[in-house]
Amino acid sequence: MSDASINTKDTTHPGEASFGDYFALLKPRVMQLVVFTALVGLLAAPVQVHPMIAFSSILFIAVGAGASGALNMWWDADIDAVMRRTAKRPVPAGKVEPGEALAIGLALSGLAVMMLGLAANLLAAAFLAFTIFFYAVVYTMWLKRSTPQNIVIGGAAGAFPPVIGWICATGSMAIEPWLMFALIFMWTPPHFWALALFMRSDYDDAGVPMLTVTHGRRATRTHILVYTVLLAILAVGTGFSAIGGPIYLSVALILNLLFLRGAVQIWRRDETQSEADNFAVERKFFRLSLWYLFAHFVAILLEAALAPFGLGGWG
Amino acid sequence: MSFHTEHEIHKRRFGRNLGVALVLVGFIVVVFGLTFVKVTRGDFALPTSEVQN
Repeated sequence: MSDASINTKDTTHPGEASFGDYFALLKPRVMQLVVFTALVGLLAAPVQVHPMIAFSSILFIAVGAGASGALNMWWDADIDAVMRRTAKRPVPAGKVEPGEALAIGLALSGLAVMMLGLAANLLAAAFLAFTIFFYAVVYTMWLKRSTPQNIVIGGAAGAFPPVIGWICATGSMAIEPWLMFALIFMWTPPHFWALALFMRSDYDDAGVPMLTVTHGRRATRTHILVYTVLLAILAVGTGFSAIGGPIYLSVALILNLLFLRGAVQIWRRDETQSEADNFAVERKFFRLSLWYLFAHFVAILLEAALAPFGLGGWG
Repeated sequence: MSFHTEHEIHKRRFGRNLGVALVLVGFIVVVFGLTFVKVTRGDFALPTSEVQN
């Protein structure tokens, strides 16, 4: 065996990361959600957008989201290394240098904001810049390590994409994109608290003040129920707005009943019951939460797509 | 000693370079497409008063 094979077989030297490692910095799974919700915001707007401008706008919103992900990975490398769920991310795994993540995050942030300003309009670019700032600075650097409300307030960063998509199309503000914002904003806490219930040692080990750590697991279960009730009222109420319609309302009624049932089940359980079945109910609720958001936005998209044929919306 | 050209590091480096090249080509295509659409739609047309002057 040569020295070269010993040194290089299973390790990645700084500056020798693969393209995939750099791409992973952009949090592609989060980007999927951003692309989808921004696209729904753009297409639900009552304005026709040229396909090339729509494509470019969504692309640069996605790049901006990816840039904020890279900045998050740069700042959080120390706690990512401690948590099992995040230990394999490029920076804690030693594949990408922290300075590289920072440089990529800053460069892509500037590029995304500038290009969205050119592709769509300055208001959309300003909102994208604010979203990146909110996620990278307000949530990552400030709230995440200082308050158990980190997920609640930080959730706003993930809720902005449909608003930006709408502004790309219209160039102005309206109530409808803020209903989509509120939907994601209210959905985020129960989604992440369910995750915190069954990934419990991760947040404890990293010292992140999640609600489960600061207020206990009983309080977290109650919080999930309260937020789910508020979310259900909002989600069903949105069905009677301009972006709603019979399809959306049907989807919202079914999914919110299922979601409420899951939240009540979580609230009624104690730790002994959860540990006995390895948090089966909490895991099921978490999986349902992913379908919940996806289905609501697909329904909004369907209402908008069918409107020209006289089938979508409330006529 | 020098690494053989087929070494894993070379493959990774080639993959990275190819990825960056494709991203740059994609970016050029997007900027070109965007410019074409904006110009043909008249987004950059001068106001009539300025044209007359």
